[in-house]
Amino acid sequence: MSVDEHIKLPEGSIEKQTTTLNLGPTHPATHGVFQNILELDGERIVSAEQTVGYIHRAFEKIAERRPLYQITPLTDRLNYCSSPINNMGWHLTCEKLLGVKTPKRVDYLRVIIMELARIADHLICNSIVGVDAGAYTGFLYVMQYRELIYEIWEEVCGSRLTTNIGRIGGFERNFNDTAFRKLEKFLAEYPAVLKEFENLFTRNRIFMERTMGVGAISAERALNYGFTGPNLRAAGVDYDVRVHTPYSSYEDFDFIIPVGSTGDCYDRYLVRNQEMYQSLHIIRQAYKKVQEFKGKEAEVFHADVPEYYLPEKEDVYTKMEALIWHFKIIMGETDIPPGEVYMSVEGGNGELGFYLISDGGRTPYRLHFRRPCFIYYQAYEELTKGGMLSDAIITMSSLNLIAGEMDA
Amino acid sequence: MQTLLRENTISMSLTNEKIKERLVEKFGDIVSNFEEPYGMLTFEAPKDHNLKVMQFLFDDPELRFQFLTDLQAVHYPLYPGRELAVVYHLHNLADNVRIRFKVFTDISQPDVYTATKLFSAANWMERETYDFYGVNFVGHPNLKRILNVDEMDYFPMRKEYPLEEQTRIDKDDEMFGRGGTIK
Repeated sequence: MSVDEHIKLPEGSIEKQTTTLNLGPTHPATHGVFQNILELDGERIVSAEQTVGYIHRAFEKIAERRPLYQITPLTDRLNYCSSPINNMGWHLTCEKLLGVKTPKRVDYLRVIIMELARIADHLICNSIVGVDAGAYTGFLYVMQYRELIYEIWEEVCGSRLTTNIGRIGGFERNFNDTAFRKLEKFLAEYPAVLKEFENLFTRNRIFMERTMGVGAISAERALNYGFTGPNLRAAGVDYDVRVHTPYSSYEDFDFIIPVGSTGDCYDRYLVRNQEMYQSLHIIRQAYKKVQEFKGKEAEVFHADVPEYYLPEKEDVYTKMEALIWHFKIIMGETDIPPGEVYMSVEGGNGELGFYLISDGGRTPYRLHFRRPCFIYYQAYEELTKGGMLSDAIITMSSLNLIAGEMDA
Repeated sequence: MQTLLRENTISMSLTNEKIKERLVEKFGDIVSNFEEPYGMLTFEAPKDHNLKVMQFLFDDPELRFQFLTDLQAVHYPLYPGRELAVVYHLHNLADNVRIRFKVFTDISQPDVYTATKLFSAANWMERETYDFYGVNFVGHPNLKRILNVDEMDYFPMRKEYPLEEQTRIDKDDEMFGRGGTIK
């Protein structure tokens, strides 16, 4: 008996064998404004076409009219799950162009902030993968520790999500005691929380079956597609900017780079989880190093770059020189030395690069952001083809796609 | 792949001089303007040769620049005949060396061969470059706008489109201190 005898369809009702589904741009499962035009055969994906650019804000163009320090808030809005890394990446780019050498204490404080940001980023990504697999508890459970990370940032810079943290040469102010106390609290409590989070997912049979073999990519294809960060490492390539081209004194720390083998959603989840442990390990070392500074050295929180680092406000009112620098910086009247520099940092979801060309004017001649998820999102069709619709949702969240970063 | 990266750490480290030597040996006068701003080897080639140079960099057993980090364009309105530069950042992951490769093109005929056959990653990067600078990547499978709206009829990152003047007074929004009476 053939299938046709069972299914009696009205004549001419279905001429097209596949269904077109618009996933996005405001679909609740896409966590951001992306559109996927999926061609479905039943529940299997035949092809996918991605449309991006819904929140394009022309940051690269805007940056061509701004002095360096005013570009920092633009970088906040790239990957807003870990904006301190973007801020630091931008400061490091400027410092490389200007030839500024930052003191060790600044480097270590930056490492603490950046690794906290990495934890916050991975935390969101992994718990959202859980949510998309149908497990909400983990997401709610870890959220209070992301809150604690935000509180630490708040103590340091005054804001939480779009942080605008740090300045060219260092930080805008020294870390206060509350920040360190909250950091200690985080270091003490978070490992147990992470363990509990892993207990919920790592050996959870439903979670494993939903993620294993889903959205897999081979190492060769991942490299060809320009994958970086946890997504590349899950495919088995041990490339990490922190190790390959250390910045901000990452060479002083002892940590390992977790790698996966299959490049599927499950491996991406495992790699991110292990990286959170490694980040905690780095923060502990960095905090210890910070505490070793005594006396005058313990007060250092910025390099001596009067041309770019805003002077203390009380000095502005009382000292002539500080007033001049303050005025020149605020009005953007400092000429940037000409040069061409590429600097990259290990962002939450891959290699975040800044390509800055200066022609000697007051603003960049050209600034390009290498946004990791813009580059690897184009592999989405290859990752999801032949899979189920619900797998496509999990793959999307497990790639850690951030619309703000993608559209710049 | 894991083993691949590890075994390569034993190989002799690749220096900028060596890359330059290999390139000059292969291409002679075609590759030119070697520079090393902030330690990154930068050079250029005529736009017709961009694929040949990148294929060589990709295939050569010593060079192996097999990772396309970034691709973008720069507009230099003051260089006649060389107004648009397409800049490739390539990375040899095994030896951990980065290079920057540029091709310049006339803005009236901005045709550059596409790198999509070599790097799948180049697909969207080239679409973005086309979107903002109008570089026409010959042979690209799907060269259309990516971040801007399809109806846009200009290339917004070119220097002839300056951002709005901060001090302009023709706008009627007195709430923002620009006065409301000036016509």
